[in-house]
Amino acid sequence: MTVAVFFGCTFIAFGPAVALFLFTIARDPLRVIFLIAGAFFWLVSLLLSSLVWFITVQISNKNSAAQQRGLLIFGVVLSVLLQEAFRYGYYRLLKKANEGLLALSQEDTMPISMRQLAYVSGLGFGFMSGAFSVVNILSDSLGPGTVGIHGDSQHYFISSAFMTLAIILLHMFWGVVFFESCERQRWWALGAVVISHLVVSCLTFVNPHYQGSLVPTYIILSVMAAWAYLCAGGSLRNLKLCLTCKDKDFLLANHRPR
Amino acid sequence: MNTSDSEEDSYNERSSLVQCESPTIPSYNQDHDMSLPQETDTKRRRPVSSGLDEPGPVERERASTPDGEEEELTLKYGAKHVIMLFIPVTLCMVVVVATIKSVSFYTEKTSQRLIYTPFEEDPNYVGQRLLYSLLNTMVMISVIVVMTIILVVLYKYRCYKFIHGWLILSSLMLLFWFSFMYLGEVFKTYNVAMDYPTLAMIIWNFGVVGMICIHWKGPLRLQQAYLIVISALMALIFIKYLPEWSAWVILGAISIYDLIAVLCPKGPLRMLVETAQERNEPIFPALIYSSAMVWMVGMADSSNPDSADERLRNEGGALAQEGVESEDDAAQGGRRRCSAEEDLEEDRGVKLGLGDFIFYSVLVGKAAATGGDWNTTLACFVAILIGLCLTLLLLAIFKKALPALPISITFGLVFYFSTDNLVRPFMDSLAAHQYYI
Repeated sequence: MTVAVFFGCTFIAFGPAVALFLFTIARDPLRVIFLIAGAFFWLVSLLLSSLVWFITVQISNKNSAAQQRGLLIFGVVLSVLLQEAFRYGYYRLLKKANEGLLALSQEDTMPISMRQLAYVSGLGFGFMSGAFSVVNILSDSLGPGTVGIHGDSQHYFISSAFMTLAIILLHMFWGVVFFESCERQRWWALGAVVISHLVVSCLTFVNPHYQGSLVPTYIILSVMAAWAYLCAGGSLRNLKLCLTCKDKDFLLANHRPR
Repeated sequence: MNTSDSEEDSYNERSSLVQCESPTIPSYNQDHDMSLPQETDTKRRRPVSSGLDEPGPVERERASTPDGEEEELTLKYGAKHVIMLFIPVTLCMVVVVATIKSVSFYTEKTSQRLIYTPFEEDPNYVGQRLLYSLLNTMVMISVIVVMTIILVVLYKYRCYKFIHGWLILSSLMLLFWFSFMYLGEVFKTYNVAMDYPTLAMIIWNFGVVGMICIHWKGPLRLQQAYLIVISALMALIFIKYLPEWSAWVILGAISIYDLIAVLCPKGPLRMLVETAQERNEPIFPALIYSSAMVWMVGMADSSNPDSADERLRNEGGALAQEGVESEDDAAQGGRRRCSAEEDLEEDRGVKLGLGDFIFYSVLVGKAAATGGDWNTTLACFVAILIGLCLTLLLLAIFKKALPALPISITFGLVFYFSTDNLVRPFMDSLAAHQYYI
C-alpha cells in the first residue's frame, strides 16, 4: 500500500469526472451550483436509506451473519430506489424553478437548458456517490497494511477504483437519460434506468469475483453511454464530423481570420 | 494557557456586527444585502480604512431598473456571487481539514482551556458532561453578547480610536503569534530543521504584509488570501481548545444568537447596521471578506480620485459581462462600459463576515478531527455549501441583512450527526463486502 497505489487509484476513480468538471462545468457558476445541489440530493437519499437500514439492524438479530447480509442487500436495493426517487424529485424541483425563473425574467430562453441540467445533476450524483464509496478506501491505502492478508482478494484497491469510475460515469449517463425520458414522458426509459441501476448494484454482490461484476458493469456503461449520447442529440453523423474536424459549429467557433 | 485579552477581543469581535457598506464602494442595493449578514460575526473591523474610503462614491446609486431586468440580473450575477463565496469558504475549509489531518497538535487534547469555557468535561460522567457543556456555552455566549453590546455602545458614542486599536491588536496577535505557533507545529510534524533568524524573517514579513493588506491597501487577491489564512488559524485554535461537546453546543447556540442579533429589531447587530447606515459610514470594513468585483459605472461622470484605487482592487476580479480577467480588459471594459452606462449595473461583489468563515471551518474541522471518517467531512462540507447557497438566495429575495450562520450550521450539524451515526456503519459494511449502491 504505497503512495503510488493511492495516486493511481485516485486518478482512475476520479480522473475522467474531474476532467469533465474542469472543462465543462467549472467556468459556469450556475452549473457548479446545480452540481453541488445534485450532490446534496444524493446525500439526503443516502441518509434516508441509512436510517431505514440502521433501524432494521437494531431490531434484528445481530449475531446471525446471514441475516445481516440479507439486511445489507435489502439496504442496497432500498438505497438504489431512493436514489432514483430523489433524482426524480430533483428533476421536478428543477423544472419548477426553471419555469418560475422563465416567468420572472423577460428573456425567452432559460439561462441553463434542461439537458445541461441533466448532465450536471447526473455528474453531481456521480461525484457524491463515487466519493462516498471510495474516499475512505483511498485514505486507508496511504497507511500501512497488507492487502488480502486473510485470504481476501489482492486487487481490492484497483477494483474499487474501476468500479467507482464506472459508477460515476453511469450516474452521469443515467441523469441524462432520466431527465430526457421525463421530458418526453417515456416511462419505459425511466424504468430501464432504474432497472439498470439495480442490476449494476446487484452485480456487485458477486464481489470479489470481479469478472462477474466489473465486466458486465462496463458493458452496461457503454450501452448507457451510447443511449445518453443519442438522448442528448448526438448521432453517428455528428460523431464522424466531430472526429474528422469537419463539424461546422466547431469550425465556426474556432474560425481564425487570415 | 489562558488566552490573552487580545484573543478574547478578537474572538468577541468576531461575534460582533459587521458592516454592510464600505464607502468606497458605491452601494448596489442588491449586492450590499448579499453582503451581509455575515456581518454578524466578523472578526475584525478594519479601521475606517482610510485611504480608500472616500465620501465620494456614496452618492452614486445605481439606476433603478424595471423588475424583469432586475430578476434576470439577479440570477446571472447571483450565481456568480454564490461561487465567489464558495471558493474562499472551500479554501478555508480545505486548509483547516488538511492541517487537522496532518498536524497532530490540533487534535491532541490538553488540559488547557480557553477562559470562556471554564468547566472541564469529564468523559466518564455523561450527565455532568452535558451540563458542563451547556454551562460553557452559556458563558461563551454571554461573553459574546456583552462584547457586542460594548462594541455597539462604543460605536454609538463614536469612540473610533478605541475600536481601531482593538482591531489592530487582535490582528497583530493572529498574524504574528498564532502563525508562529502554526509554523512551529508544521515544522515539528514534518521534521524540518529551522533556525530562529530565518523563522523571524518569515514571520515578520508575513505579519507586516498581512497588517498592511488587511488594514490599509493591498492587492485584492492578497488581502483575500490573508483573510482566509487568519480565519483558518482562528478556527484551528477553536478546534484545539474547545472541549468536545461544548464545541457542538456552542455552534448551535451561536447560530441562534446570530439569528436573533441580526433579525430582531433590538438586536445589537441590527442596531449597529442601522447606526452605520444612518451615518452613511462603512462599519468596520476590515474583517469582512470582500470579493469585490467592482465595476466603476459612471467613471465618466465622476473624476474620482479613488477610481484608480478601485481599479487596483479590480485587477484580480473577474468581470462578469466580459468574462475576462486582465487589467487591460478591465480598463478597456471600463471605458466601454461607460458608454453603455444605462444598461450596466454596479457590481459590488459579495461580502461575508470572517466569523462565518471561522465557524464553518470549525464545524468541518471537528468533523474531520473526530473519527477520521472522510465521509462525514464531505457530508458536512456539502451541507454547509448548500446552506450558504440558500442563505444567498434568501438574501436576493429579501434584500436585507441576513445572518449567514443559522442555515449552514443547522445543515452541517444535522448532517454531521446523522452521517456519523447512521451513514458510517452502512457505508463501512458496504465497503467491507465491496457492494456498491
